[in-house]
Amino acid sequence: MAPQLENSIAARTGVDPMVPELYCIQRLRHETDDTFTIELSPTNGRGGFSFLPGQFNMIYVFGAGEVPISISSDPQNSKTFEHTTRIVGAVTRSMGHLKKGDSLGVRGPYGTHWPVEEAEGRDVIIVTGGIGLAPLRPALYYLMAHREKYHKIVLLYGARTPEDILYRRELERWRSKFDLEIQVTVDRGTRGWRGNVGVVTTMIGRSPFDSTNAIAMACGPEVMMRFAVMEFQRRGLSSGDIYLSMERNMKCAIGFCGHCQYGPAFICKDGPVFRFDRIEPIFGKAEI
Amino acid sequence: MPENLVLAREHLQGLFNALKTRDYQVLGPTVRDGAIVYDELNSVEELPIGWTDEQQGGSYRLKKRNDRACFGYVVGPHSWKRFLHPPAVRLWQAARNGKGFQILEEKPAKKKMAFVGVRACELHAVAIQDRVFLGDSAIDSHYQARRDGIFVLAVNCGQAGNTCFCASMGAGPKVESGFDLALTEILEGGEHYFVAEIGTELGREILKGIPQAAASAAQVEKAKAIHAATANQMGRSLDTVGIKELLYANLEHPRWDEVATRCLTCANCTMVCPTCFCSTVEDVTDLTGEHAERWRKWDSCFTNDFSYIHGGSVRATAKSRYRQWMTHKLATWIDQFGSSGCVGCGRCITWCPVGIDITEEVRAIRGTASPAGAGDSGKEQHGADA
Amino acid sequence: MVQTLEGIVSEHAFFKGLDERYIKLVAGCAKNVRFDEGQIIFREGDAADEFYFIREGLVAVELMIPQRGFTTLQTVGEGDVLGWSWLMPPYRWRFGARTLQPTRALAFDGKCLRNKCEEDHDLGYELLKRFTFVVTERLEATRLQLLDLYGAPA
Repeated sequence: MAPQLENSIAARTGVDPMVPELYCIQRLRHETDDTFTIELSPTNGRGGFSFLPGQFNMIYVFGAGEVPISISSDPQNSKTFEHTTRIVGAVTRSMGHLKKGDSLGVRGPYGTHWPVEEAEGRDVIIVTGGIGLAPLRPALYYLMAHREKYHKIVLLYGARTPEDILYRRELERWRSKFDLEIQVTVDRGTRGWRGNVGVVTTMIGRSPFDSTNAIAMACGPEVMMRFAVMEFQRRGLSSGDIYLSMERNMKCAIGFCGHCQYGPAFICKDGPVFRFDRIEPIFGKAEI
Repeated sequence: MPENLVLAREHLQGLFNALKTRDYQVLGPTVRDGAIVYDELNSVEELPIGWTDEQQGGSYRLKKRNDRACFGYVVGPHSWKRFLHPPAVRLWQAARNGKGFQILEEKPAKKKMAFVGVRACELHAVAIQDRVFLGDSAIDSHYQARRDGIFVLAVNCGQAGNTCFCASMGAGPKVESGFDLALTEILEGGEHYFVAEIGTELGREILKGIPQAAASAAQVEKAKAIHAATANQMGRSLDTVGIKELLYANLEHPRWDEVATRCLTCANCTMVCPTCFCSTVEDVTDLTGEHAERWRKWDSCFTNDFSYIHGGSVRATAKSRYRQWMTHKLATWIDQFGSSGCVGCGRCITWCPVGIDITEEVRAIRGTASPAGAGDSGKEQHGADA
Repeated sequence: MVQTLEGIVSEHAFFKGLDERYIKLVAGCAKNVRFDEGQIIFREGDAADEFYFIREGLVAVELMIPQRGFTTLQTVGEGDVLGWSWLMPPYRWRFGARTLQPTRALAFDGKCLRNKCEEDHDLGYELLKRFTFVVTERLEATRLQLLDLYGAPA
């Protein structure tokens, strides 16, 4: 049962849910050679934007098209919000050429969110790979803003190479300022890299969280999540304590176009964040 | 308590006129290009009078009847979804404006439509699409605008088609609700009339001024007999007991591989299915790049890029796409919308170029061997000699 | 209170379920070792007569590639087993190992254990069972690394 969201689509009556609202680009920052972050604010002095960690927007680039992108900023900030995205097609490529002051169309926020409430009073183990860190960044901000409500917080982050590590300075800051255990690993080391080399899932086995009282959140390529789940289960976590963010083709984000179906679930409204026991019967099944 | 009137055949035009006077666009069946399709009608004479259809897996032919029945056929390639959820809809336009752009919303067309000749399976299909588009999480304003205010003139089928199985799906053949007027056509001993059931006050009001009489008990019985005969004539059947659990438990059944050797992924079934609702969004610009439009168009889960996400399609094989369609229609739909997605109209069987039969696929997965010859010859067609 | 080698060996997950006399035997072939940061534990091509349990620190498994220099293939850390070339002829390291942080480990005399395994096949089976598990884990992880999952879409 998805929790009631104040800014749910049903509450915004009278608005055609396929019509975007205009937002202005405050900043566009290139993170790596194929990844960038845009910061958006409402145009025309409209009110702020609020969302829950794990939700996504449909972002429209004039004339190019619309794509779903997770929101990757601090949910406490209602004035602006950010999206970090890889360049994977025509729309994201066009978006990467935009500049401060340009406009984008935004529909959202949509979808279910990370279980930051369920995790209170427990250890939190977060495992991400590649761009998968972006949808979990808002959850990390939330956890740090309410640090006293959680026990041990561990972030395991796998990147392709050291050059592909996102939010590097932020990770350093979090490591030192807050009581967060952060381990970064890369698939391929480069000269000068003196840190972990190897897939992120191998770090779960010896990660210092209490498997009798923990919530796991994972986001990344589906294969990575598959192996992460195996490692979580090997540590003794139950399927009801593991949460994944799933991804499928999306066209409307409001449950009408049928593209994002994953078994009986619509990823746009029943996901993208799923408690694992809900999708366990079909997870990993070929071509579902 | 259903109120039944009798309307003589010659007064059917009066019904059309009453609708047109009230500014309804009258839509109903007509013969075109060798099929019975739905289009705008001006007169009763444009109905497929004296025609019937012969349907098999992968085959549809019109044949002349030896009477002048107005509704002596079942359903063709069109369904009412083409009017409620049109194949192409412009959602909005946008124009560049300095560094930004402006969006011009499309006001959904407020057309009053009258659907003439709606069958029970089709009424169920509309109700099923209502649950998709007018549900809890979001409302499709385009669907809602078209759906509000439609007038439904339903028709109880006088015969069942060879590929029909609405009885199995609890979707017919008798219309039970959701109509303004429901007609049962009776041709007998030189008489030609309709037993009309009043569904709503609007239905009663439309009939005002048209010569009518209360139906006698005998006439009502004749209508009931036709409903019962049709129910017993179904060309196909589908056992729906535990079907959701059956399909959920058999996602790797070898039958999927077998049907994949036949399925062309042509998407015909999804085009003709009255409940299939998948769509895609197309963002287009003109050559100057100053003006953009967003269109919504029908789409099908059978296309290769339906499930495309950066790098490839999740459902790359025909097997996975056929499985997706059938398990959605008969199983996951139930979890999503509280009912089956199938109304047993048989269109997918008729319009499949290779005659894939959804009822046979279910039977194969249940493990029951198909009765010899049941596929196509099955029951006799009771069309022309009604 | 310094733990005895036998104590450390018997507690290590790798030796879980091993018969007590074998634990004694294995502990008899072990010793504590320390490495500074940037120290070479073993070189490619050297005789492979030991294996290690990393108790603390980070070790790079590396290969010398012309023009690329020493390239780290994988790192192993606390709780990991390092080295299986001692098990199979020609008993030579195929990769090098170098510490990336100050590292403490248990070093086992592989040559000695090899001979004991030939004498006592039950011991041999117990050790091989456990090392096979380590190798399969490493192989699975390597396969995932090869997939380049975060790379550009196909």
